[in-house]
Amino acid sequence: MDENYAVSMKSISKFFGTFKALNGVNLNVRKKTIHALLGENGAGKSTLMNILYGLYEADEGEIYLDGKLAYIKNPNVAIKYGIGMVHQHFMLVENFTIAQNIMLGKESVKAFDVIDTAVVKEKIKELGEKYGMIVDGDAKICDVSVSTQQKVEILKSLYRGAQTLILDEPTAVLTPNEIDELIDTMHKLTQDGKTVIIITHKLKEIIKSADYCTIIRRGNYIDTVDVKDKGVDEYSLAKMMVGRDVSLHISKTPAQPKERVFEICDLWVKDSRGIDRVKNLSLNVRAGEILGIAGIDGNGQSELIEALTGLTKADGGKILIKGKQVQNTPPHNIRANSIATIPEDRHKYGLVLDFDICENLILEKYAAPKFADRLLLKLKNIFDNAKTLIHKFDIRPADCEHSLARSLSGGNQQKVVIAREIENDPVLLVAVQPTRGLDVGAIEFVHKSLIAQRDKGKAVLLVSFELDEILDVSDRINVIYDGKIVGDLDPSKTNENEVGLLMAGGSVK
Amino acid sequence: MIDKIIEILKKPISAIIIALIVGFLVGFFVLLIAGYNPFEAYGAMIGGMFDRPKYISQIIINAVPIIMTGLSVAFAYRSGLFNIGAEGQYIIGTITAAMLGYYLHLPIIIHPIVILIAACFFGGVFGAIAGWLKVKYGTNEVVSTIMLNWIALYLNNTILSIPGVQKGGTQASYDILPSASMRLFSQWKTTPEGLSFINSHPILGDFLRTDIHIGIILTLIFVFATWFFLMRTTKGFELRSVGANPSAAEFAGISIKKNTVFAMFIAGALAALGGAFQVLGTSNSRIVVLSITEGFGWDGLSVALLANNNPLATLLSGWLFSGLKFGGGSIQSSMGAPSEIINIMIGAIVFCVALVAMFPMIATKLSAMKMKKEWQAKQDDKLASKGAAK
Repeated sequence: MDENYAVSMKSISKFFGTFKALNGVNLNVRKKTIHALLGENGAGKSTLMNILYGLYEADEGEIYLDGKLAYIKNPNVAIKYGIGMVHQHFMLVENFTIAQNIMLGKESVKAFDVIDTAVVKEKIKELGEKYGMIVDGDAKICDVSVSTQQKVEILKSLYRGAQTLILDEPTAVLTPNEIDELIDTMHKLTQDGKTVIIITHKLKEIIKSADYCTIIRRGNYIDTVDVKDKGVDEYSLAKMMVGRDVSLHISKTPAQPKERVFEICDLWVKDSRGIDRVKNLSLNVRAGEILGIAGIDGNGQSELIEALTGLTKADGGKILIKGKQVQNTPPHNIRANSIATIPEDRHKYGLVLDFDICENLILEKYAAPKFADRLLLKLKNIFDNAKTLIHKFDIRPADCEHSLARSLSGGNQQKVVIAREIENDPVLLVAVQPTRGLDVGAIEFVHKSLIAQRDKGKAVLLVSFELDEILDVSDRINVIYDGKIVGDLDPSKTNENEVGLLMAGGSVK
Repeated sequence: MIDKIIEILKKPISAIIIALIVGFLVGFFVLLIAGYNPFEAYGAMIGGMFDRPKYISQIIINAVPIIMTGLSVAFAYRSGLFNIGAEGQYIIGTITAAMLGYYLHLPIIIHPIVILIAACFFGGVFGAIAGWLKVKYGTNEVVSTIMLNWIALYLNNTILSIPGVQKGGTQASYDILPSASMRLFSQWKTTPEGLSFINSHPILGDFLRTDIHIGIILTLIFVFATWFFLMRTTKGFELRSVGANPSAAEFAGISIKKNTVFAMFIAGALAALGGAFQVLGTSNSRIVVLSITEGFGWDGLSVALLANNNPLATLLSGWLFSGLKFGGGSIQSSMGAPSEIINIMIGAIVFCVALVAMFPMIATKLSAMKMKKEWQAKQDDKLASKGAAK
């Protein structure tokens, strides 16, 4: 085996039940490079890396590390081989300090097994300075930002002597500036002789940071390209990832906004622990425009939406739809006032997974005269409704009227939710992270649906953590930070750096 | 071959049948270990169930209360609630029936109707308490209904301790008045014509020897009505949504709180009706001092479980459960096996049926293994052909 490869995975296959997640995938990662693993959601990227990290066992194939055959049966073995992995969801103890978290499982001790924190802190400082990740070893995890937590995870791996670092979707939780910092850190790591593998579906970052990129699609190996090569750009990568030409940027006509139909004035909302999350927030949406709320997760978006949908009570302020106050009224009243919502968590709020598609499509309008006369459901109308919507929104499989929502793919489940909510023809459509976990084709569909709604002269409120989505789809951007709107921007006159700065709490000159 | 097994395992009905067979096998070994000839015992049991028309009719009669409590549990479950309180609600039904059946004086037909409505009301309110506690204070309904079971039991005993309620020299209340009875032909059966009819019609007459009552037909109606209510009405749709995904239901504008109280009211009413049927329809036409619960509510849990909480299926599972209990009694009488052994056997059968969910899982596992094998074979072929090409 070629010793230039830090990691070499040969025709790896993996089954989950009857589903073949990986089908003979190859991955060769040169030493001292940043290697991107690109694929859509569900393509098998994470599965492949989990095999490398010993979380899963491959059903077929071999792994070579530094040219030698390796048998990685669990993460402990992987760590011994010098592999470290930072998961998308961090695995940290919330009320431990950073130093405690980093040494967890590999504590250095003085005599009589007394933990020697000073040594650990010294080491953290040293590593931090070397790779540009300065953290305060005494701070508790629950008190530090998400990007710091990520640094802690990386430091934890390095502390354990990782030579090859796997980062699973590391940029999903970061602002643009923090992403730049992370890329900087990755370069420092490779200069120091380490190897970095990043799992991602963000093309821009690959172009910006990676040396090589391996593309997998639906569990199949597609290609490995040198990112520095001519002809490798976002479009060519996207094409390989999806398997067909895709439009990365949505085409839309300029918005023709009319009167204000929706307003939030001085809204205050507490979270379940009684902490103020939305602080004196005001915004408005006009008919015929898409207002995008940009912000990093955890800046009050969830509480804003909960108050807006009636799931939680606001502590102050007003929510007005067409001049009518609806704050602190139950969800059905808010719906009756023509606010429809595509929820962030479609499994929890959007669908009843054990109901069939017919039932899911009338979940909030089962009592409407069309579907029921006072007491009894009109089964035929309910079925016809489903049939029409399945056709109109191209929900697949095409005859899924009586299939359980559980049996549909994520994209089609989302289409069911969107079909139901848009069919209400609401004055205001609220879409929260509407493309989360969807593949490129489905994302295109969702964006087009939102724009179509706008073109019909309706108001749309889009809340998303994906800055690209906000910039692409919105007609106006409000940035939320720490429960307040900190900027009102025109997407055609701003850029992601400016928005990113606001998202991180900075100010624009 | 494997395909066929997979297909069979995936069907819920075949899974239940297999579970029954496995259950009987386990019961077989239980009997064997206890030192009884299992063939003989099962023979006695089957005989005890089907030998005479009378037995069948008795099984159906015995099934009435447990179908009603099973229906209560299933209804609550479909609404997202675990109603352990069917026992207590059942007791409330028996108290209502026994008291109103004796102290209230009304013409026939009207008398039982009034009692049934009252039983629905009191049982419903009693059930709704648990729903209200959950909504208001977040008390888990499992805890509150268990407590309410004891409250019902001691309420029963307290009422019987009121001077004049207990019939002299007994531990029971007075029998209900004939006007309140739901029994069929009970007067006529004692007349000479009745007796001669029973004796001259071996099958029909044998049926008539048991306490057949209107409750049997009402149970059928309620089973169907409960199914219809859940599956075909808007209120049923609300309840099922709340049961299957409360978050999504709330998000869609359905009130969880109102529906929780309502669901517990209906569940309580159904179980109480079971109690009322028992008092008004069978020869247990009174309430007695209870030291422990009678177990109709607990049996209802098994019935609902066996029926996979499908209202229509509670009918079949109620009959099966009642049949096993009744037939099991014959093992006791004909072979002298203690009732504990029979209960273990019944328990084993119910337990196996409860594991039905396992069979589709086994099916998935089997088909996964099969796919993997096929795929590997294909890979081997590829390698072999490559090797040949070289």
